[in-house]
Amino acid sequence: MRAILPAVALLALLLVLPFSAPVFHAGWPALSHPLYTRTSFLTLTAAHLSLVFVATLVAVAVGLSLGVLATRPGGRSLLPTVRAVAVIGQTFPPVAVLAIAVPLLGFGAAPTLLALALYGVLPVLGQTIAGLDNVPSAALHAADGMGYGRWRRLWEVELPLAAGPIMGGVRLSAIVGVGTATIGSAVGATTLGSPVVEGLVGNNTAYVIQGALLVGALALTIDGALGALERRIRRLP
Amino acid sequence: MIEFDHVHKRYGEHVVIDELSLRIDDGEFFVLVGPSGSGKSTLLRTVNRLEPVDRGTVRVDGEDVATRDVEALRRGIGYAIQSVGLFPHRTVAENIATVPRLLGWADAAIRARVAELIDLLRLDEPGIADRYPATLSGGQQQRVGVARALAARPRIVLMDEPFGALDPLTRESLQHSLKTIQRDSGTTILFVTHDMDEAFSLGDRVALMLDGKIAQVGTPLQLIREPADQRVHEFVGGTRTRLRELAVRSVRESARPGEQADGDALDIAASLQDALASMLAQGRDRLPVEEHGRPFGVIRLVDLVAPRP
Repeated sequence: MRAILPAVALLALLLVLPFSAPVFHAGWPALSHPLYTRTSFLTLTAAHLSLVFVATLVAVAVGLSLGVLATRPGGRSLLPTVRAVAVIGQTFPPVAVLAIAVPLLGFGAAPTLLALALYGVLPVLGQTIAGLDNVPSAALHAADGMGYGRWRRLWEVELPLAAGPIMGGVRLSAIVGVGTATIGSAVGATTLGSPVVEGLVGNNTAYVIQGALLVGALALTIDGALGALERRIRRLP
Repeated sequence: MIEFDHVHKRYGEHVVIDELSLRIDDGEFFVLVGPSGSGKSTLLRTVNRLEPVDRGTVRVDGEDVATRDVEALRRGIGYAIQSVGLFPHRTVAENIATVPRLLGWADAAIRARVAELIDLLRLDEPGIADRYPATLSGGQQQRVGVARALAARPRIVLMDEPFGALDPLTRESLQHSLKTIQRDSGTTILFVTHDMDEAFSLGDRVALMLDGKIAQVGTPLQLIREPADQRVHEFVGGTRTRLRELAVRSVRESARPGEQADGDALDIAASLQDALASMLAQGRDRLPVEEHGRPFGVIRLVDLVAPRP
């Protein structure tokens, strides 16, 4: 239910919003264009979603690999540093990452993608390390004693047992991504932030509300879906 | 066959295993017993190379373990530990199937072997094969742990205090299961414990380990009757050694064939400790002895007190 309700709300908004001009006109009679029409809401949502999807994919690949390497015997010396970076990194606001990315990559989707991916690495990395650290040591000892190779042990014992926390990190990474992508419109990316930014600049409250409603519903939808997946993985039988 | 040849190991300045040599024969139930920190678990783990040695050689079936492929070596040796270490994300059947699966057995062979072990270790609760470890009692978990160690029919099994965390009744029941399985299969078992009673009731031979050295090795009766020195005597039980002796000797060696007596009969395979307990319970100083349910003779209280059979 927690997973389905936001998805239904998002769908309903996408269906109804294009025909909601009279409603917004009634609320803000002074506005000549009460409905955002520069790009369709469906296109904005799709662009927003694909930006977050690609960024999360990159974040998972990088965060998971780094987390695994840092917990291998050879990488143990890196662990305190990696862990410290993961923790400090998360206290760093995403907007700041975005601000740093623009001078490097210019305006558009690229800096947004970089900021999203970079920031998204941290929760995945942190949760991967925490998950792998919490695998019962007796199970690892038994696995070694029975003749598991190092990588096979990782794949068949460690990762399945750490999957719950790792999935929690993926979810956090995606949710933060949805929010950060909104700000991406300020640097020229096409996302659901576009009506919001344009509304704020042009003093058009209706645009802001339309964008915000969709972003909110999208965030809740993704959180619900990934949360359901996480609960399924965590549910140790 | 397991051979330790002048094995030496230290952690920093501390010598854990001190120039130790020992040979364990095929089919033997061999118990390493000693206090915490005596080096017995470390010694056990040198066999499957979970602990590397600093000097000396450990040989399994004549081959230096250091020259073997480590994964192949470990898959060929059963391993059970006190903390059990079952995989929480795998069912009982999947846990038991671990090593056969690593060895690439066919599915049908694995299924048959798992069913056989579930039966052998009396894990006979309906549907237990598909349950997860968290839903089992401590005793059941360790039964699964032992089944997992035996799954690929290894010729050698290493057991590190496997029953240390169990309550006395469960422990005794598991000891009995293990001893029967070992006798029937001819598996060589190297078993580590700090519990002298457990050592004497399980071991064909027992080695008492103190400060990284073998203080004495022999049958339980040899350790009780002929302790090598004062320390062995104290570890074996001091003034209570005669009570220990009753536990490791059987009625068979002391019974008088042909005689008759009243009272509840004892089986000839029972220990003298069982005989004494039964005499105390029945208030008699002699009891009839049966072999395979047929009258054999009598055991008397004086037979228990007599210094030698």
